[in-house]
Amino acid sequence: MKVLVGVKRVIDYNVKIRVKADNTGVETANVKMSMNPFDEIAVEEAIRMREKGLATEVIVFSAGPAQCQETIRTALAMGADRGVLVQTDAELQPLAVAKLMKAVVDKEQPGLVIVGKQAIDDDSNQTGQMLAALLGWSQGTFANKLHLADGSAEVKREVDGGLENIKIKLPAVITTDLRLNEPRYASLPNIMKAKKKPIEAVTPEALGVDPSPRLKILKVVEPAKRKSGTKVKSVAELVDKLRNEAKVI
Amino acid sequence: MTILVLAEHHDGAVRDGSLHAITAAQKIGGDIHVLIAGQNAKPAAEAAAKIAGVGKVLLADDAVYANMLAENVAKLIVSLAPNYSHLLATATSVGKNIMPRVAALLDVAQVSEIISVEAPDTFVRPIYAGNALATVQATDKIKVITVRATGFDAAPATGGSAMIETVASAGDAGLSSFVGSELSKSERPELPSARVIVSGGRGMQSGENFKLLEAVADKLNAAVGASRAAVDAGYVPNDYQVGQTGKIVAPELYIAVGISGAIQHLAGMKDSKVIVAINKDEDAPIFQVADYGLVADLFQAVPELTAELSK
Repeated sequence: MKVLVGVKRVIDYNVKIRVKADNTGVETANVKMSMNPFDEIAVEEAIRMREKGLATEVIVFSAGPAQCQETIRTALAMGADRGVLVQTDAELQPLAVAKLMKAVVDKEQPGLVIVGKQAIDDDSNQTGQMLAALLGWSQGTFANKLHLADGSAEVKREVDGGLENIKIKLPAVITTDLRLNEPRYASLPNIMKAKKKPIEAVTPEALGVDPSPRLKILKVVEPAKRKSGTKVKSVAELVDKLRNEAKVI
Repeated sequence: MTILVLAEHHDGAVRDGSLHAITAAQKIGGDIHVLIAGQNAKPAAEAAAKIAGVGKVLLADDAVYANMLAENVAKLIVSLAPNYSHLLATATSVGKNIMPRVAALLDVAQVSEIISVEAPDTFVRPIYAGNALATVQATDKIKVITVRATGFDAAPATGGSAMIETVASAGDAGLSSFVGSELSKSERPELPSARVIVSGGRGMQSGENFKLLEAVADKLNAAVGASRAAVDAGYVPNDYQVGQTGKIVAPELYIAVGISGAIQHLAGMKDSKVIVAINKDEDAPIFQVADYGLVADLFQAVPELTAELSK
C-alpha cells in the first residue's frame, strides 16, 4: 500500500509575524519558512508505517511556489521516498489544494492519505476533510492514535470532551493531532540521500484543476493589543485587586 | 436568505456553543433554521425550538447520527443544503470535522472560525494564531461557515416557539462506525463556557501538582485548563489544552500558572477579560498580556491563593 502525505510550506512557528503596511496580507519576504508542524507528524506516521511493513512507499505532496521543493526535501530527508510538487504561484485555498491532491491520488492510487489537521498560517483546518469528501472516502480527523487492520483503520481522535474511537473503511484520509507521534530529526546522511530522491513537478493545468480562490481576502490587520498590566507584590494584593479593582471574583 | 445552523446537543439539551452560532446567524440576518441530528433526539429538538430567534427546527432522528460521524452528518446536510444560503456550525471538534466535508461536497469554500459578521458574505477570522485578522468575502452561492463561540454572545435558550419539522434521514454512508469514547469526567464547568479558568503549564512539573490548581478552581467554580506543554508531558488529558489548535476560551478571569506564554497558547486565551499570570520567571512572555502579574514560586503562591480566597 502506498501512503500519500501532504506537506505545506508555512512561516516557521517561532517567527513573530508582521502584517503588511498596506493590509493585504502578512510579510513573507525574508522570513524563515518551515514545514507545517502538523504535517511533520503526518510524514513521521507514514514513515513508521513503511518501517513496520504496513506501507510500501511514502509519497510526499505539496502545492505552491518552487520553494515548496525544500519542504518536500525535508520530508524526503526524514525518510519519505519521493515527492510530487504541484507548482504554481497562484494563491491556493484549502478547496483548491484538496482538488489538486485528489488529482494526484487518482493517479497514484494510495491506500491512505495523511495530512496535518491544520496549517498554522491560515488556521483553516479543512483540507483533509475536503479531500475525503471529494474522493468519497472516510475520514479520521485529529488522530491521536492510528491502527491499521485489514481493510479498515481504527482511529483514536482528540475531541473536545476527551478521546473518541472510530473505525473507518480504507482507503481513508487521516488528519494528525499533536499527540500522534514525535517527528524525528533528519540525520546528515539522510539529508544527503534526500538530495537524490526524485521530485516530480506538475502544474494545476496539467492536472485539469482550476485552483482559483473562492474567498476574497479584503484586508488583513493586526488585532488590538492588550494594555500591559501591573505586577502585584503578593497573593493578598492580587486577590484584593481581583475583588475590588477588576471585580471578577 | 435562510440560514441552517447545525446544533450539537447532549442529554436533551442544546450545547452552549451552538447558542453562540445562532447569534452569528442573527448577525447575518434572515430566517434561522436549526438542525438537530441524533438518535432519540426529540427532546433536544424541543429545547432548540425554545431558543430565541429560531424560526424552525429540523429533526433528523436516526441511529446513524447518534455519534455525529462526519460521513453521515455531511450527507444529511448536503441533502438539505439547496434550501439555504448559509450553513453554520460552531467550531468545535464536531463542527470542524463535518463542515469542510459538507463544503467540498457542495464545491464551495468554507470560512473557518469567524469572529464577526461584516456583511452577509463578509466575515472576520483570525489567522496566524490570532496574530492577524483577515476580512474575507465568500463568493460561492452557499456559504459554509464555522463560528468561533467566543466571538458571539449566546442566544437566549428560551423565549422562542419554533415549529419542529421531521426530515428524512440520508442514511448510513457506510464508511465509518463509532467504537467508543474516553471522555474526561468532571464536576467542574466546561472550558469553553466557564466564567473562570485556572490553567497550568510545564511549571506544574507533574499531573499530581494540578491538584493545587483544582483547589483554586473549587473556590472559584472554575474550569481547569492547560498549555500544550503540560498536555504533551502527560500531566493532564488532551481536552485540557487551551491554544491555537486546542480550545479557544474567553472567560471573565483566566489564571495562568507556570505557563510561559508561547504565542500558540496566547492565541487560545488572550481575549479573556482579565488575565492573571503567576510565574517565577519575570521575563516570561505571559506577563505581556497579563492584567495582574505575580512573580513567585507557584508552589508557594497557589496554596496561598487558595487560602486567601477562603477568607
